[in-house]
Amino acid sequence: MLEIKDLHVKLAEEDKEILKGLSLTVPSGEVHAIMGPNGSGKSTMSYVLSGKEGYEVTSGSATLDGVDLLAMEPEERAAAGLFLAFQYPVEIPGVGNMTFLRTAVNSQRKLRGEEELSAAEFLKLVRAKAKSLKIDADMLKRPVNVGFSGGEKKRNEILQMAMLEPKMCILDETDSGLDVDAMKLVAEGVNALRDGKRSFLVITHYQRLLDHIKPDVVHIMAAGRIIKTGGPELALEVEHNGYADLLAEVA
Amino acid sequence: MRRAQALAAKREAAAERLSRADLPKGGAWVTAARENALERLHRMGLPTRRDEYWRFTRPDALITAQTAPVPLMVDEDAPQFGELDRLNLVFVDGVLDAAQSDALAMDNVEITTLEQAATQDIHWARDLFGVLETQGQAPVERPLAALNTATATQGLLIRVTGQAPRPISVTYLRGNEAGDGVVHHVIRLEKGAALTFLESGPAAARLSAVTEVDVADGASFNHIRTQGRDHGRRALTHLFARIGSDASFKSFSLTVNGALSRNEYVITLEGDDSHATVSGAVAGDGNDGPFHQDDTVFITHAGERCESRQVFKKVLRNGATGVFQGKILVSPGAQKTDGYQISQALLLDEDSQFLAKPELEIHADDVACSHGATVGAIDDEALFYLMSRGVPRRLAQDMLVLAFLSEALDEIDNDAIRDDIQTRLELWVERHSA
Repeated sequence: MLEIKDLHVKLAEEDKEILKGLSLTVPSGEVHAIMGPNGSGKSTMSYVLSGKEGYEVTSGSATLDGVDLLAMEPEERAAAGLFLAFQYPVEIPGVGNMTFLRTAVNSQRKLRGEEELSAAEFLKLVRAKAKSLKIDADMLKRPVNVGFSGGEKKRNEILQMAMLEPKMCILDETDSGLDVDAMKLVAEGVNALRDGKRSFLVITHYQRLLDHIKPDVVHIMAAGRIIKTGGPELALEVEHNGYADLLAEVA
Repeated sequence: MRRAQALAAKREAAAERLSRADLPKGGAWVTAARENALERLHRMGLPTRRDEYWRFTRPDALITAQTAPVPLMVDEDAPQFGELDRLNLVFVDGVLDAAQSDALAMDNVEITTLEQAATQDIHWARDLFGVLETQGQAPVERPLAALNTATATQGLLIRVTGQAPRPISVTYLRGNEAGDGVVHHVIRLEKGAALTFLESGPAAARLSAVTEVDVADGASFNHIRTQGRDHGRRALTHLFARIGSDASFKSFSLTVNGALSRNEYVITLEGDDSHATVSGAVAGDGNDGPFHQDDTVFITHAGERCESRQVFKKVLRNGATGVFQGKILVSPGAQKTDGYQISQALLLDEDSQFLAKPELEIHADDVACSHGATVGAIDDEALFYLMSRGVPRRLAQDMLVLAFLSEALDEIDNDAIRDDIQTRLELWVERHSA
């Protein structure tokens, strides 16, 4: 269970508060969606949870199954079960996708004190998972995300998620830049990982992703905190009316 | 006036240096070559910091009559290229050690030593020994190459008449803390011949190596070098090459550690439709002692439709210095030239520096030439991406260092050799992980 309590975060370099008392709980097995206007702090939240530099937590807490996420290094958070699917996956020339995946999987296993996967075990696993995401051998051989199309990059994120088997997945605008078919493929990949225990926090601007990944709860975020929480119907309301009414309600 | 005075001082320095040198004796052909080299050296004088191509690298330690001693290093890594099927020739402090070497014999290849050939009055190498070096003295003078030609008694004279069945590998070991190695190789690839030439090891406290390579029409020369790890060693190398038509020339060097390494390349594409690549991967850590590594490349396109590539990648940390001076000269009439040059440094801290001087000089109107020089730090976005997947910071940084260098390693065609170099580099990265 992910539990964020009254989280206040500012930029490290300047005196600008981005998250202003964010509180959010995602119980095990549930899918929550976060929607909100641009600049409301959705991506900042995902970066702060996963440990990116450049932010300063001034107060509040964030825990995953009771473990303090904010006290850990990014790789420790990953090993503890947190996964962020990036809005803009990074291209890394010179690092083969396969090498990257194997290093990530085995680094996490090592951090958790588990046996590392042998090359053969890993290969078998990655081939099976890549196939269901229509990721071919060539994409696995190429350098990480280099020359990948928008859809390939997002599928590659989901492949990493499938290989790393996290407890808590944050999807930061995974639908951005995808056509309908690519979005369906990604959504299928995500749905395949829903097992009743794994939790998801889906950040999106558009209701259409939520047609494919059905959320249990929808949160509306504005100005650095959650201003409204409801069921899937809340996403439809936003789709029809925009954020203006909701923002007016809390103002 | 000032220029005349400076030249007089350089000539005086050359005369003084030569008065302390042992000038070798030999047969007619080699004596003529050495005397010509002496004459060139007297005329040019010794280099100084004020010379255009010595502004970034101090020549002093390469000029002194005796070298400063350098502690011998016990290298426990597996010998470079040891797993390859090769003809291995071992030099200790720049002197061929026959007892440790394979026999100088292979199909399609004639190999003799300079020492042996120098006793004869006539030898095929007379057409090349000091000849390519002489041609390489213009438009930029390289006096220390002439000093090498004048004084070298050690080296290999290799004539390849067909496909060499195995690579020739030269392993340079050290035996003496103050060993001064002066080695001069001459390699002639006859029409359609092919040779892979491997060099590895620390060589000497101070090494001066000149290699003259003549690549005839349709021939293919592949050179791979790793300079040894001994922290204090110094090396000045010159590779002079003349390339005929439909021929291929490739040279890759790996430099890790060493107080001073300067590798000069003087490559002339004389024929048409040929290819030349010069590449290097460099990893230097100032915490091991001073590290200064310099690649100075001069590629001349004289023929038509030739392609040349220069690819240099340097990772530097803790006060290490990297230098790249690379020139592409396109002669009048060298149409359809395709020249490419890239030099990039990854600085792992603010104490290290990279000095780059890319140059293009083009005298033909139908050519494509490009060059780029960049300096950067570890990409924070890439680092975070790797860490967010569970890769610890140290390992993530090491991966990015190796990824950065991989572009230079990709210039190596042979997978087994590339893997061998990659392993050596991984060991360096592991040892120097921050």
